[in-house]
Amino acid sequence: MKNKFVFRNKVLLIFFLTLPFLLLGLNTSSAQEAGEVKALVDSSAQAPASPTDVVAKDAPNDNGHAIVVMWKPSADDGAGKNNVLSYEILRSDNSDTGFVVRGMVPAGTNQYLDRGAREKEDKNYFPSHKNFYYKIRAKSDVSFSESKVSAPAYAFGQWFHTGKTSIFLATAIFTFFVLLFINMAKKGKELYVRPIAGIDAVDEAIGRATEMGRPILYILGLGSAGDLATIASLTILSRVAKKVAEYQTSLLVPVADPVVLTVAQESVKAGYYDAGRPDAYKEDSVWYITSMQFAYVSAVNGLMLRERTATNLYLGAFYAESLLLAETGNIAGSIQISGTDQVAQIPFFIAATDYTLIGEELYAASAYLGREPLLLGAIKAQDWGKILIMISLLLGALAATLHFDFFVNLFRIKL
Amino acid sequence: MRWQYPLLIVFLGGLFMAVQYFVPLEFSERIYEYALDWIIIVGVFTMCLGLWSLFRVSLAKIQTKAPAWGYNYITLAGLFAMLILGPAFGIEEGKPFMTLFWYIYTPIQASMFALLAFYIASAAYRAFRARTMIATILLVTATIIMLRLIPLGFLSGPNQWAVNWILTVPNMAAKRAIAMGIGLGGIATALKVVLGIERSYMGKD
Repeated sequence: MKNKFVFRNKVLLIFFLTLPFLLLGLNTSSAQEAGEVKALVDSSAQAPASPTDVVAKDAPNDNGHAIVVMWKPSADDGAGKNNVLSYEILRSDNSDTGFVVRGMVPAGTNQYLDRGAREKEDKNYFPSHKNFYYKIRAKSDVSFSESKVSAPAYAFGQWFHTGKTSIFLATAIFTFFVLLFINMAKKGKELYVRPIAGIDAVDEAIGRATEMGRPILYILGLGSAGDLATIASLTILSRVAKKVAEYQTSLLVPVADPVVLTVAQESVKAGYYDAGRPDAYKEDSVWYITSMQFAYVSAVNGLMLRERTATNLYLGAFYAESLLLAETGNIAGSIQISGTDQVAQIPFFIAATDYTLIGEELYAASAYLGREPLLLGAIKAQDWGKILIMISLLLGALAATLHFDFFVNLFRIKL
Repeated sequence: MRWQYPLLIVFLGGLFMAVQYFVPLEFSERIYEYALDWIIIVGVFTMCLGLWSLFRVSLAKIQTKAPAWGYNYITLAGLFAMLILGPAFGIEEGKPFMTLFWYIYTPIQASMFALLAFYIASAAYRAFRARTMIATILLVTATIIMLRLIPLGFLSGPNQWAVNWILTVPNMAAKRAIAMGIGLGGIATALKVVLGIERSYMGKD
């Protein structure tokens, strides 16, 4: 009983001792809050100077769903009170009301691309050919100020991407060269093209396979039918198939893409027809394995080692599987010719195969093998294109050194 | 005349693709996307042809007892197992389809990729034999590049400088030259196909 009494007294004593501090604390926090409000009021009085000269205009070279907004930054951005933290971009289809925030950029920025979605169903849909008004809000940590409303602007699509003018001109000039040389070839002009060892070796490799009585393996790579390397390889395949048919040896073409399969079957068939041996064409000589990279490699490597292929041709788009294929072919003792436009894989092919077609040589191989004047005309045009590039490089280096910017800017691409 | 129609389609398709690259208008974008959708649709249908091709070739090898024909049983078993298990039980995590994918297919694929390390060593050994002047230059260059990965004490600075120079001057020049050649060759190849000069992809009757 006595203990209970003592405990209650202790609790009361502690309460009364701490009461003044509690009251003092409440009073202090009230005073702090009052101070903060006072500070806020002071800060609002110290709002940053508003941005000026807000200009909105259609974004160039686009599909017509964006407007570029530019402004002169606040006088307090990086100077004056130096209290601008960010700018908010507000937009409305009415010059007086209904402004909503479209984006925010940090201080020091004076431009914003207001881009929206093309689809009407999208929440961020940005209609074309509709006037919009913009204003810019400069924000400090506790306050803000707004610019005047801009003149109306609307977004519209362009018919030509001016940033791609240099690409357009270069393509047009090169196309002109191609057509010119093809026309010259049509008229019977003899065109000299330098020999390429890897292409010259194709005949030798097919002959070797015939002598050994073993098949030729043709790999089109892992590219799709839309890849240029695959398209180039398919044209080479047709020439190779023609020679294979003439030599009466066998050809194996395992492919990794079902679309490529159908085109490859037609290409091989065309080769056999051209050789006058359509009966020798076997549809199963071109077949689909899988689109999975290493599963495909595994199947092809097994094929090489089982069939002991005499010649392996790797022409097309190759990735990490290039060395796996080429080294296995090397183990199998096959003569190997490779070619790809994948720059990272070229060293592997050079190290592991007997001949390598580097980059553009892959595209030229079909014309070399066919020796058709029309195709050789395109190769000749490539040579002239390279001459033009070299001249442009020299002139460009000279112009850049002399700060002759007009010439340098001619080649600038703005995507 | 029946050869003219495919050539006309290729010509118009190629011309449109070339033009649309320079025209940013909305309708140009939409037609381009529509064409891409068609590629997917064609791809799905050709996948059926691809699977039929694989089935037919594998079956023929089993029937004719071609060399190592036993592997074709495994191919067909794998093909049908995945074709049946996917639609039957779904392809969510934990279902038989994904279990086979994660615990059989993925380790096998990883093993194939791991072989690359050994193949790089054997290919490098052959490439770096200093038999000719060019091979010797290659060997020296490769040695300098590889040494950047290990601490060389006071030689690290000069080695790093040499590596930077090799990669940014001769190596970069060669890569750019190849890239330019590829660009020109690509346009030439595309023109040959679009203009109907190169038409071996069409086959023969």
